[in-house]
Amino acid sequence: MKTDKIFKGILWISGLFLFFIFLLIFISLFKGSFLSIKSFGLGFLFSKEWNPVTEKFGMLPFLAGTLITSIIALLISLPFSLSIALFLGEYFKTGFISKFLSYTTDLLAGIPSVIYGFWGLYLLVPLIRKLEIKLHVTPYGVGILTASLVLAVMIIPYASSIAREIIKLVPGDLIEAGYSLGATRYEVVKKIVIPYSASGIFAGLLLSFGRAFGEIMAVTMVIGNFNFLPKSIFSPANTMASVIANEFTEAVKDIHLSSLIHIGLWLFIITFLINFVGNIVIKKFKVNERITG
Amino acid sequence: MEKILRIKNLYASYTDENWILKNINFEIFKNKITAIMGPSGCGKSTLLRCINRMHEVIPGAKVKGEIYLQDKNIFEMHPIIVRRKIGMVFQRPNPFPTMSIYNNVIAGYILTGVKLKKEEKDRIVEESLKKAFLWDEVKDVLHRKGTFLSGGQQQRLCIARALAMKPEVILLDEPTSALDPKATRMIEELLVELKKDVTIILVTHNQSQAGRISDYTAFLYMGELLEYGETEKIFTVPEHPKTQEYLSGKFG
Ligand SMILES: Nc1ncnc2c1ncn2[C@@H]1O[C@H](COP(=O)(O)OP(=O)(O)OP(=O)(O)O)[C@@H](O)[C@H]1O
Ligand SMILES: [Mg+2]
Repeated sequence: MKTDKIFKGILWISGLFLFFIFLLIFISLFKGSFLSIKSFGLGFLFSKEWNPVTEKFGMLPFLAGTLITSIIALLISLPFSLSIALFLGEYFKTGFISKFLSYTTDLLAGIPSVIYGFWGLYLLVPLIRKLEIKLHVTPYGVGILTASLVLAVMIIPYASSIAREIIKLVPGDLIEAGYSLGATRYEVVKKIVIPYSASGIFAGLLLSFGRAFGEIMAVTMVIGNFNFLPKSIFSPANTMASVIANEFTEAVKDIHLSSLIHIGLWLFIITFLINFVGNIVIKKFKVNERITG
Repeated sequence: MEKILRIKNLYASYTDENWILKNINFEIFKNKITAIMGPSGCGKSTLLRCINRMHEVIPGAKVKGEIYLQDKNIFEMHPIIVRRKIGMVFQRPNPFPTMSIYNNVIAGYILTGVKLKKEEKDRIVEESLKKAFLWDEVKDVLHRKGTFLSGGQQQRLCIARALAMKPEVILLDEPTSALDPKATRMIEELLVELKKDVTIILVTHNQSQAGRISDYTAFLYMGELLEYGETEKIFTVPEHPKTQEYLSGKFG
């Protein structure tokens, strides 16, 4: 009884402590970006000029860079993560292939992102350059597409493990009902499993999106670090996270530093919202599952 | 009397080591209700699931022997064809929560990609729901999801879903065990009505239910078929001592 109370107390305190840290981060980000907020206001979001010389700062190029790379990465990874999830969650729940595949995806998830960056630089960049030469566009090699590809590979283990958890929650008696009506495995997956888990998979996508959004290292290495609005998927660009990583140590002027922190503030807000919504949808999915299934 | 199913030397297991069903032999009569009874874990569900080849869906499960539907061995037919001819209703009502009531009824066609004309669909839905005693209750809400229906209504929806495929046989695994007495009664009446069109095999724990509606009863004990015959005879003068014990409630 007494230990129970103490335990509860500890839980409460650590909970409050986490919340406190969260608030503290927000406050310091806000303080740090105050100068930039005062100078540029909301216009900061929509201005496409980022110029340390004239001291004009706007984050549209980075917002665009982040959104485009993340969305492309998500689109590329979706078919892979969904098929891995279906393969492991429904087709081959046990056995050698399943163990092998889930072990491999776990391994992929554990690789530090700087390694993905190297991989992107040494393997993808030359390949993309060849492609660009073939398509008669400037052969930078680095840029949006390269970053998206690296990000896609990085998301796959994460997205597929969420999707797998969701797919496992599909009630077995619905799947059985499907078979008993003469459906094949493919038909059961397509018309029962996927529709049932749609909202959960959507939430998983959102969470993976949040992941891609905040990724720093690998993206910084292969995106080209170019502070203008991207013109095509081959353009070098910068994301919110990568411009911070790139310029933070070199920023000498106060307003430059403050603007970088200002980007950080927005990154914090956006990723927080994405994760928040994603987690709510997943929780709702799990509760629904318990009631109906 | 016409026999629709003949089960010969049937063995079934979930793993290599031991057979859960051992040498089952019996014949099911057409347009009759056959009850399968026996203590918990004796293999009733396993037997039922062999008949529409659902047993094989479980990884590692094995079957040996023959089951003839009319004159064809179901193990030589494609399982999908077998399942279309032999429908199934489960213990817990399991309508598809992502589909409307209407689509639930024709789920078998939707799942297997059979394209039907609108009038055809309407006709199948109405016919099946009427046969399942559910039409009057849901005819105005056909396009809503079926999740707000009561347990009994959901189970009748599942019966309609099975009927929509025009099966020759319907297998029901304790279809009323999750329902209240009133809903149970309704399903019993419905089954008696249905046997004009289809042959019914019913696993039940409920002796009075078997007594009320079944024509034949099979008594299963530890994976063996101990006794099979007309329900009246089995309930009044059981031959096997185990059947006697079971019916007098000594175990269950
Ligand atoms: N998926 C499975 N894997 C392994 N063994 C199983 C599986 N399903 C059932 N069994 C075993 O097979 C035996 C028969 O099970 P079955 O479900 O057919 O019994 P039942 O007569 O339907 O029982 P109940 O009246 O409890 O529904 C039991 O001993 C059970 O433990
Ligand atoms: Mg059972």
